[in-house]
Amino acid sequence: MGIVIIKYNAGNVFSVKCALHRIGVDAVITDDKEIIMNADKVIFPGVGEASTAMAYLRQHRMDEMIKSLTQPVLGICIGMQLLCKHSQEGNTDCLGIFDTMVMRFDNSNSPLNKIPHMGWNTIEVMPNELVDASFDNKFVYFVHSYYAPVNKFTVAKSSYINEFSSILKKDNFYATQFHPEKSGTIGEQILKNFIGL
Amino acid sequence: MLAKRIIPCLDVKDGTTVKGVNFTNLKDAGDPVALGKRYCDEGADELVFLDITASYEKRKTFANMVMRVAENINIPFTVGGGISSVEDVERLLEAGADKVSINSAALKNPNLIDEIARNFGNQVCVLAIDAHCFDNEWICYINGGRIATHRKLFEWAREGQERGAGEILFTSMDHDGVKNGYACEALHELSESLAIPIIASGGCGAKEHFLKAFKYGNADAALAASVFHFNEIKIRDLKEYLKDNDVNVRL
Repeated sequence: MGIVIIKYNAGNVFSVKCALHRIGVDAVITDDKEIIMNADKVIFPGVGEASTAMAYLRQHRMDEMIKSLTQPVLGICIGMQLLCKHSQEGNTDCLGIFDTMVMRFDNSNSPLNKIPHMGWNTIEVMPNELVDASFDNKFVYFVHSYYAPVNKFTVAKSSYINEFSSILKKDNFYATQFHPEKSGTIGEQILKNFIGL
Repeated sequence: MLAKRIIPCLDVKDGTTVKGVNFTNLKDAGDPVALGKRYCDEGADELVFLDITASYEKRKTFANMVMRVAENINIPFTVGGGISSVEDVERLLEAGADKVSINSAALKNPNLIDEIARNFGNQVCVLAIDAHCFDNEWICYINGGRIATHRKLFEWAREGQERGAGEILFTSMDHDGVKNGYACEALHELSESLAIPIIASGGCGAKEHFLKAFKYGNADAALAASVFHFNEIKIRDLKEYLKDNDVNVRL
């Protein structure tokens, strides 16, 4: 039933709802498992810290539910990192959809590269149904201190200190390290593409 | 490659955008939400909304305006002015703000930085510092530049970073409103000595000033108000100029 944004303790769900509204989509923000499992599309957003977010998901038995979803799912930022296997942030075991580690940026060899990686950076796209070749080299908005290295699920990568995954994809799971809801018209187009899957 | 950010700042009083010359003589520059949306469409990378009199008059920033901004604008924005507690921050984030900037309240109660960082993450906490240079010593001010403190810019910025601030927004009161350029030497020293992004503020009057803030000041972002409000500089022209001068910007 429609588009659902998962409500949990890693916030900024309102921004995602607003972005969807701007592209003409009304989304429901909920932590109700029945509603989430029956949604057409699920967005798993997030701004926060990995270990507290995972603890909350486990405590509310949302971890297994998210892993079991079969409709298109879009993880955003910490949502993406939580879909990975393990995060160095708080040494946290995550959901494991994407079999990759999440590591902290190390700027010891380039101290002028500030952490967090904050601001607009470009994506290098391996064209797919979420982002086709027209998105190559477009700027999107990032705020993060941890990253997933480039791996077999990477469908877009970016570069800051080192290369990292900016979009991951596996089966029905999609995930962006950047914030499409804050990435201007490019971000809105990516959300549109997800809704249209 | 990460782009340098151009950030129009909308100083808001009674729901209207204003910009002061040396923090006084306020001039009207329009409706904050409409103006913010215009900047967004013209290529601004972020926006800052500061309730400039909030601290002085003990008013809180109106969450309603923040919510209207969140609904209408598709780039990140920071809200500041009169924020003095975690509850204030929570209310503004729930209304859709991406970051909050704290200034006077942090100088009065430095633990506020730790609390914001712990509750919402470092990236949410922008530590704004207004400073005035006396005899080569930068002194921090509170209450919109009205009251001097005993704190010095560089040590306070460093303490802010250690407590968990995600960015430093440094306004030189000596340069603010004068349009002779940013305080590039102080910016350079801040940027070299800190590991978090630095936003330059105060003094912008020409495109060259942005270039200097990035090239000599090593700023990660530059904030300006009146040059945008009064259409003296168009954001797109500015970005093309910066790009021609080898500064990476989002175009």
